[in-house]
Amino acid sequence: MSIKATLNVRDGDMLGTLRRFLADLLGQGFVDALLVPLEGSQGEGIAPALVTDPSQLERANPVAPAMPINAARLVAALTKGEPGARIGAVLRPCEIRALIELVKLNQAHLEPLTIIGVDCLGTYEVTDYVELVQAGGHPTAELLAQAPEGAPTPLDGAQFRAACQMCEFPLPTHADISIGLLGVEVGWEILVEMPEDMAEGLGLTPTEGDRSQEVVDKLIAARIGKRDAVFAEVEERIKDLPGLLAQFATCIRCHNCTVACPVCYCKECLFRTPTFDHESDQYLRWAERKGAIRMPVDTLLFQLTRMNHMAVACVGCGMCESACPSDLPLTAIFRAVGSRVQALFDYLPGRSLEEELPLTAFKEEEFVELGGH
Amino acid sequence: MTNNGFEPKIVAFLCNWCAYTGADLAGTSRIQYPPNVRIIRMMCSGSVDPVYVIKALLDGADGVLIGGCHPGDCHYLEGNYKARRRMAILKSTLGQMGLDPERVWLRWISASEGQVFADTVAEMVESLKEKGPNPLRETWGV
Repeated sequence: MSIKATLNVRDGDMLGTLRRFLADLLGQGFVDALLVPLEGSQGEGIAPALVTDPSQLERANPVAPAMPINAARLVAALTKGEPGARIGAVLRPCEIRALIELVKLNQAHLEPLTIIGVDCLGTYEVTDYVELVQAGGHPTAELLAQAPEGAPTPLDGAQFRAACQMCEFPLPTHADISIGLLGVEVGWEILVEMPEDMAEGLGLTPTEGDRSQEVVDKLIAARIGKRDAVFAEVEERIKDLPGLLAQFATCIRCHNCTVACPVCYCKECLFRTPTFDHESDQYLRWAERKGAIRMPVDTLLFQLTRMNHMAVACVGCGMCESACPSDLPLTAIFRAVGSRVQALFDYLPGRSLEEELPLTAFKEEEFVELGGH
Repeated sequence: MTNNGFEPKIVAFLCNWCAYTGADLAGTSRIQYPPNVRIIRMMCSGSVDPVYVIKALLDGADGVLIGGCHPGDCHYLEGNYKARRRMAILKSTLGQMGLDPERVWLRWISASEGQVFADTVAEMVESLKEKGPNPLRETWGV
């Protein structure tokens, strides 16, 4: 049985309250280890860490608006085999949705896991976040202060990541423990939803209170508005061949997007094999045929193939774009293409453990027109 | 529309058990069909990764034909159903990327349907002649 309880915030110290809560979970043995972002001591940003000593949680920042990696990848590493311990993982909504896909792909397991989901107000690129911190700003506190009204806006001069600007999933799903910030009167309480026995063990008192659904709905509506505008923009940009080529013109096929993507899970990717190390004279033959060929070759082939392999499972976390050295607008493209492809199967990545992966299932009576005759 | 004697090039990925055998039957039965098709034998239409189709299109193939067993007849029970889902995704992405999904055909051709294979190729050649050459063939930026 899950119940709602509040964490009372002392002296307006939100982060301190969350740290104590996590330290209690770990210290009282509800989990044996915690996967949670820790702040660097020199303002160098944050990095996810696997913590076993509660005293390390003094530097924990479970709500930092920065995302160096989609932590679903880390959870997969921790749970693919048998970790021999109960692991609590503090995850954003997009990390949980990616994790659900990985579980269905048999790359991660939920049994040893306690998912601690946090509301996500948006994230900055890591480099921007570091800059803000080093300039003396307080991006985490500033954002938390905006959570009750539910209209998070970035600090002056900064922007949220493209993926976050159009993300309509600010609330965690599939969480064992949910930490609620949006629409909650932050500053005096944090809403947690967790199993009753755990709440009792931690000495938390149940509450009848709840967050403002109106605030949540308003944020989601704004994000959906942005998303649809982005989709229309993508459609406008890629309406013909020159448009398509322009979108991917600066791809250098570094595969960073593949590495950063939480659901691109193949251990051996075709594009990272010698398949595309062509014979030297082959390039010349291609160039002679067309008068010129763009190098490195096979970049568009890579992008279109990755799209075919992954768009159906894309959770829209945008890590591909954050990792791209050429700043390709991958989030917008993958989300736009993904939404249409997913709609073919009425599939939404990360929505449910029960829904079958579209590429492993089929129905006898579907797409009948594709076979001709 | 004539296209100055344009003869389309078709890359065909045919499954070993049905479509390829059907093509073979067309040959042994001496059924005439246009010589515009280059056949690659696959063990199953379900093993046609979209990368093969995209590679053919980006390198300038005017059309790509994927031939498999009729639904319910797959030698591996369900490979053709999975191929069909992949093709649904492929055609959707091609269309969204400003490329012509109608250059890619999926057809069910049984081992006994030599005539169907021949007719399919003839029909596809006609359709591609109307479309004209694949513009990607001459595009340096691909």
